[in-house]
Amino acid sequence: MGLGVPIIIPVSKPSKGAAGKTGLWRVERPVVDEDKCIKCWLCWLYCPEDVITEGPNGFPQIDYTFCKGCGVCADVCPTKAIQMIKEEE
Amino acid sequence: MAVEGTWEIITGNHAAAIAAKLARVKVVPAYPITPQTTIVEYIASFIESGHMDAEYIRVESEHSAMAAAIGASAAGVRAFTATASQGLLLMSEVLHWAAGSRLPIGMAVVNRAVGPPWNIHVDHQDTMSQRDTGWLQVYISSNQEVLDTILMMYKVAEHPDVLLPFMVCLDGFVLSHTYMPVNIPRQEEVDEFLPEYSPPHWKLDPENPITFGNLALPDEYQEMRWSMDLSMRRALDLIEDVAEEFFQKFGRYHGGATWKYKVEDADYIIVTAGTMASEAEVAVDELREEGMKVGLLKVRAFRPFPHRDVAEVLQDRKGVVIIDRSIAFSSGGPIGIEVRSSLYNRSGSPPIANYVTGLGGRDITYEDIARMTKDGIGRITSDRLRRPYYWYKLKPEYEKIELSEEVRL
Amino acid sequence: MTLTIHDLRKEPGSYLPGSAACPGCGATLAFRIASRVLGPNTVYVVPASCFSVIQSPFPKSAISAPLYNIAFPAAAATASGVYRAYKMLGRDVNVVVWAGDGGTVDIGIQALSGAAERGEDIIYVCYDNEAYMNTGIQRSGATPLMAWTKTTPTGKREMPKDMPMIVAAHRVPYVATASVGYPFDLANKFEKAKKMKGFRYIHIFSTCPPGWNSPVSKTAEVAKLAVDTYFWPLYEIENGKLRITVKPRKRPLKEFLELQDRFRGLSDEQIEELEKIVMEKWNFLLHLEKSERVF
Ligand SMILES: Cc1ncc(C[n+]2csc(CCOP(=O)(O)OP(=O)(O)O)c2C)c(N)n1
Ligand code: SF4
Ligand code: SF4
Ligand code: SF4
Ligand SMILES: [Mg+2]
Repeated sequence: MGLGVPIIIPVSKPSKGAAGKTGLWRVERPVVDEDKCIKCWLCWLYCPEDVITEGPNGFPQIDYTFCKGCGVCADVCPTKAIQMIKEEE
Repeated sequence: MAVEGTWEIITGNHAAAIAAKLARVKVVPAYPITPQTTIVEYIASFIESGHMDAEYIRVESEHSAMAAAIGASAAGVRAFTATASQGLLLMSEVLHWAAGSRLPIGMAVVNRAVGPPWNIHVDHQDTMSQRDTGWLQVYISSNQEVLDTILMMYKVAEHPDVLLPFMVCLDGFVLSHTYMPVNIPRQEEVDEFLPEYSPPHWKLDPENPITFGNLALPDEYQEMRWSMDLSMRRALDLIEDVAEEFFQKFGRYHGGATWKYKVEDADYIIVTAGTMASEAEVAVDELREEGMKVGLLKVRAFRPFPHRDVAEVLQDRKGVVIIDRSIAFSSGGPIGIEVRSSLYNRSGSPPIANYVTGLGGRDITYEDIARMTKDGIGRITSDRLRRPYYWYKLKPEYEKIELSEEVRL
Repeated sequence: MTLTIHDLRKEPGSYLPGSAACPGCGATLAFRIASRVLGPNTVYVVPASCFSVIQSPFPKSAISAPLYNIAFPAAAATASGVYRAYKMLGRDVNVVVWAGDGGTVDIGIQALSGAAERGEDIIYVCYDNEAYMNTGIQRSGATPLMAWTKTTPTGKREMPKDMPMIVAAHRVPYVATASVGYPFDLANKFEKAKKMKGFRYIHIFSTCPPGWNSPVSKTAEVAKLAVDTYFWPLYEIENGKLRITVKPRKRPLKEFLELQDRFRGLSDEQIEELEKIVMEKWNFLLHLEKSERVF
């Protein structure tokens, strides 16, 4: 009965990096100074890209593969523990 | 096959509403427009009186009616709505969306002219102008056929090879508001014929987090449209198979993608659709009385268009008379255009006289059909077939202009 | 119960890093937080907008929840259909519209109004970047007075529609404003909406750095200043009763305007005029807060 017509539908699968390695867009890189960090997690809360997680040492860890370097995390950090540093060419 | 079920004398709209109930559709978004309105009124009363188990959404427009039907079908249930004319045109954007989402939504469209000026009477301009939306379209000639075809088309549309929405097109007032005896099949038998819809391809479901319809780049898009086209073509066979299955179960056959009347020995064939085809049947008998060997090819499915079937019937005839109830401005009748492409590149392609008529409810009787047929045959046999199409039943003063030498194409 | 950062960190949310969103996108930030509160038993309906692009191209998607893209004007109607189908199937699912301001206050307002009037059991979210951003920064009915867009090159001359109040006038059970500058307030409003039934509406002020010409790093700051200057007051209307949820000490509107080039070149008189409008609205809200029912 079935001819087996391929029903080709625009169904997409959830994937990290759906638009590629967006870390390549970055001009500045956020770097956490763990000495200043008080683990308030506001950087995590405000990061639009959701690239901040808790690292093995309990401090914020940034996934640079996808971090777009917007600097929102640095802007909201209450202790100025995050610095934006120019990416090398 | 013994006919079971009960007989009732009802309108085409009532038949459409009963079909939706028998198909156990679960969501019905509804918006009124003449001459469709009584369909959604009947459904409202079925639901409120507890005779039908469905959600009724009193939407604020036809665009929303179709969008809600899309949402319901995407969530995995059988959805139905009905509209006409301006309502169908307002839906246009989401008609494409329904088909592109491969959602087998069912819709009754009561054919009505398009404004301005306001006109609530039949022609096929509304549905024919939506021919490329990816919807299956079947044109109907009787109230029984309305009911039966809605049931059959759900089965075709939901087939895993098809998964496209369908519209069953019935002529405004001529069917929608005219009483005819209709056999209402028993629910249990319909249930056996048309099981519950369960989407085989995708649905919106928290258990399955997929994104549907995000950006597709040129490298991906074209195959999706090809797949729709292939499904549409595949539906041709299925319309035939399902009609056969329906006949086995219910003892009624209205034709598949086409329906043929006295074509075997015919020299000339009339091609038309909708209730004009019922008139054409009478015209065929009349013309045969007069000694003309004429037959009728009724186009039921306009989408998918049965090119092979049409070509096989028309090939090697002395001539073909095609009668359309809508105008593709400067190009003729939509059926005329399709039939030409069925025949082109084939041997034995007959001459074609295409007539555009019956717009805005101008009455077309079997006498009119006989007259057009004779006019067509006259042109064909006396080498006066100069134009791709002719207007029929214009007022005499305008017909004079239309037929003057200055007007050419 | 109000949500804390620890509650939010527990839920994974439905946004995956590496999307097509611009750096510092407020709409993305709003979705990230809202989806954590809404949880996995949620489906989204999205009309044409930046959010159709943020999902990123087929066959991948940055959204890990079921999401259906629909034509621009149709989101609320489609969500109605989804909800009714689930109702027939006996399933209890959060059906959420995630729409831009154009898809809400302009082309989608009819379907939205219909769904609100019918009391569909859905959550309608407008992430408001105050213009048509997907098509390249044209004004919408939500663009503020005097703001630059490509179709208001000398500044918009009309007041924006007060969409939350328009929805509230439908007497729906829940209407709230929110801002990505106040993420806890935002999260708690979603938490509250999620637990209610009927038509719920949340309108989120969502910074758009490229559209507003604001520094990308200041996405949160701009949205916080919008609230602190009373440009975008945070309130909720629960069953007709209005409550201002954040009452900050008033900061000069200039501080908010200065951060965005879309307001560049406003004269002191113009800023004065905007201040007046902002204060009028704030005082009106204070007044409404005292009444039993707003609508
Ligand atoms: C019927 C229709 N008209 C126009 C468009 C083009 N269009 C797509 S998105 C958009 C603007 C969206 O603005 P908004 O809703 O504010 O979302 P944003 O992109 O700002 O996030 C327009 C005009 C369309 N897709 N459909
Ligand atoms: S915001 Fe600053 S202090 Fe807080 S967790 Fe992040 S880096 Fe540490
Ligand atoms: S720079 Fe932006 S994307 Fe990168 S971690 Fe900070 S907030 Fe997130
Ligand atoms: S244009 Fe604005 S809303 Fe759109 S993705 Fe970029 S930042 Fe977000
Ligand atoms: Mg916008």
